[in-house]
Amino acid sequence: MEELIQHLTPILQEVWGYIFPNEIELHWGILIVLYPYLTGLVAGAFILASLVKVFNVKELQPTYRLAMLTAMAFLIVAPLPLLAHLGHPERAYEILITPNSTSAMAMFGFVYAWYLMAVLCLEIWFEYRRDIILWAQKEKGIKKWIHKIISLFSKDISEKAIHFDKKWVKIITIIGIPSAFLLHGYVGFIFGSIKANPWWSSVLMPIVFLFSAIVSGIAMVLILYMIITPVRGKQLDILCLDKLASYLFYVMIIDFSLEALDFVHRVYESEESIKILAYLVSNKLFISLVVIQLFMGMLIPLAMIALIKILKSPPDLKKMVYFISAILVQVGIFSTRWNIVIGGQLFSKSFRGLTVYKITFFGLEGFFASVIVFCLPFVLLYILTKILPPWEEARNS
Amino acid sequence: MKNFLQKIPEQVKRLSVLLIVVVVVFIVATSLLTPKDFGLMGHYRADAIKINADKKMQYAGQEACADCHDDMWKTKNAGFHKNLSCEVCHGPSLNHVNEPDQFKPDKPRDRIFCPVCHEYNPSRPTGFPQILSASHNPRRICVTCHNPHNPTPPQTPKECSACHAEISSAKSVSSHMDIPCTKCHEASEKHKLHPREYLPTKPTNREFCGQCHSQEAKGDEFIPRISMATHEPRYVCWQCHYPHLPEAQ
Amino acid sequence: MENKIIETDKKVERRSFLKKIAILALAPIVFGFLGSTDKLKTIKKWMLENGYVPSNHKWGMGIDISKCIGCGRCAVACKNENNVPKEPFFFRTWVERYRIYEDGDVQVDSPNGSIDGFENTRTTNKKMLRSFFVPKICNHCDNPPCVQVCPVGATFKGEDGVVLVDSDYCVGCRYCIQACPYGARFLHPETHTAEKCTFCYHRIVQDKLPACVEVCPTQARVFGELNKKSSPLVRFLRMNKIGILKPSLNTEPKVYYSNLDMEVR
Repeated sequence: MEELIQHLTPILQEVWGYIFPNEIELHWGILIVLYPYLTGLVAGAFILASLVKVFNVKELQPTYRLAMLTAMAFLIVAPLPLLAHLGHPERAYEILITPNSTSAMAMFGFVYAWYLMAVLCLEIWFEYRRDIILWAQKEKGIKKWIHKIISLFSKDISEKAIHFDKKWVKIITIIGIPSAFLLHGYVGFIFGSIKANPWWSSVLMPIVFLFSAIVSGIAMVLILYMIITPVRGKQLDILCLDKLASYLFYVMIIDFSLEALDFVHRVYESEESIKILAYLVSNKLFISLVVIQLFMGMLIPLAMIALIKILKSPPDLKKMVYFISAILVQVGIFSTRWNIVIGGQLFSKSFRGLTVYKITFFGLEGFFASVIVFCLPFVLLYILTKILPPWEEARNS
Repeated sequence: MKNFLQKIPEQVKRLSVLLIVVVVVFIVATSLLTPKDFGLMGHYRADAIKINADKKMQYAGQEACADCHDDMWKTKNAGFHKNLSCEVCHGPSLNHVNEPDQFKPDKPRDRIFCPVCHEYNPSRPTGFPQILSASHNPRRICVTCHNPHNPTPPQTPKECSACHAEISSAKSVSSHMDIPCTKCHEASEKHKLHPREYLPTKPTNREFCGQCHSQEAKGDEFIPRISMATHEPRYVCWQCHYPHLPEAQ
Repeated sequence: MENKIIETDKKVERRSFLKKIAILALAPIVFGFLGSTDKLKTIKKWMLENGYVPSNHKWGMGIDISKCIGCGRCAVACKNENNVPKEPFFFRTWVERYRIYEDGDVQVDSPNGSIDGFENTRTTNKKMLRSFFVPKICNHCDNPPCVQVCPVGATFKGEDGVVLVDSDYCVGCRYCIQACPYGARFLHPETHTAEKCTFCYHRIVQDKLPACVEVCPTQARVFGELNKKSSPLVRFLRMNKIGILKPSLNTEPKVYYSNLDMEVR
């Protein structure tokens, strides 16, 4: 408690205007910013993977299995910041055993479980099953047993069984697309359904969340593909990169349009909260929203990729532009999450004041903890690529 | 039956077993971990009502004091502080009610406590007794002159400004500064002792101001005159002219 | 012939194994059911013993803005009665001062929730047009957004209309704090669970008044029952023009203000 008091006391002096006395403590901090960022990457990576299976975009084939494993790695780590943020993490199971059906957060637990088990795990299982069985046959020791358990001790690799697998991968992907929409749209709904907070309360919130998730997911797969391939000593497939960048471009246009629509709509309707929100954006959120989210994260990558498309560019320039754009996009989308979560708590519900968010370095909600949480999915992805290698060469022909 | 079972693909068999295990584990865990009293009266633990209701009280409530402190109770209920609960000034006293000798309530006897309510603040309702503690008998503690259980001031205030300071200060710089309050407001002496029960009068019509300000009125020349018939006949004077500072625009 | 015997043996083995699993799975469910009927009896017994039946009451509060003098005794009494941390970051109730100036400017403040009093120092040369104090508190809404969003059922509206928190069940996710439009909730720094005004539930079930109502020197706060004509609250609702906070959000608050100004949020 002492730490909290010491943390809050200087903030009292930095309040502008009037805030309700209880609002001095910002309740959802960087851990809650990280959470939609991580689940967004899941939905985005999955949608990308579904482009391969359902819409038969052949150029993206090299990234399919990697995208699935990326989605899995981020999905497993994503509940961690939520758990760490709870006042009583040891009671977290209550959400599953006595969920309140009117609570978006509680129902989301089941959407998450559905997506994890019925979509992601199942699709990866069907996609890899044949290879897992063949690997198990060739290996020895603990790796053999890991693969045997993952395959659920199945042994059938006949033509009929493989055909069954392929058919079901397609079916699950088709079910998976609306499930991925539901997964991240739901996170948007958790914020968008709070009528008490005019910055969050919007019909567009689930849609904006979803499309910014797809943007970040595609950009993440692009970055991973561009880093991992040369590290493994292989050649980058430029057609694959071109296709990834194209889809990134199109979805960014949609995302930008949605965010512009939200902005225009707010300013045009000019409701009660417009004054304090305008003050919020032009003061506290200017750098993170206008400079980072809009300019660096949206306009510059759009311009760069557009130029590359219009002018015929050499492959090396293309690769550099794609990589830089994707990094900028990641920073921009993280900033988007920050502006929504933190921004929504910086202004008072009295509409008359602003507070500040001071992030600590240490502690469970500190900067270092967040960096660790962000790095964990990559570690998990590495482990997953060792257990279920997504590379072409690892496949058994 | 056996043929049917053989026709089911191996994947489906394996996955079905896994699904059944997961569902069973979930059902068992739910029934083991759900608190027994959950859902009985709504989507919550019914015990929570009892937990909230069984918390310890700190305040006794003013009726509790009457049992032992009958005399002071009667005094208080006859004076200006009759609506005050004893514990506003004496603090939470349930422990004193239960063990009178072991716990003694507070007895604020400084000059800091009474001004918490009675210090002048322009946001406070007009007519609520307020003083400027810096200039109001500076070195004496409040209880020297005011019995807290019957806080009638030792001397009845002579001036209206004692309680209506804001109005008085506005009037004192206005063109109405030499007009006594009683010229327009009839107030009996009883108003000073029972302010809400004996209210002063207020003028009700334009003719009242017209006594001095109409063209025909007898009085000093420097008093501004208007024609009662043509000067904004649909309004009463004080809808535009603040009577305590009439020159304000 | 032998194969058939082995097969039947295997079948019997499988059947008894499945039977054991079924019993293992069903037993806790059956015991759980029996246990819960037991608990219901305990709670009903408590109600009869204490003479308090929640469904007979519907609690609410009335606040007269023109009577409040901003002394802050309600905030002090509340913190004393409910062991709320004394630091200026946690309030179950607080008082705001509104100062509206002739040019339309509005200044609102609540220094330490009014516990430290309101400074009288002149901060501007503007003339004040209106000024008043507004006590704030959990509104114990009839359509509470906080109860709607609690993921685990740790906060609830009782049969008597009082919105309570189950501190032993709350996970501390803070969703309810985000959902409350009135800023009435906070996270207790020691229990790490959500907390707010309970209408001094432990007092009202014993026929006493909430601490804030008890100590208010000007009787600006009126407490009573909405469903009983003899309650002072019902008279309050009859004699005054009533305002509520944030009506457009349809939370149906049960704290009713008389002489509420348009600038109050």
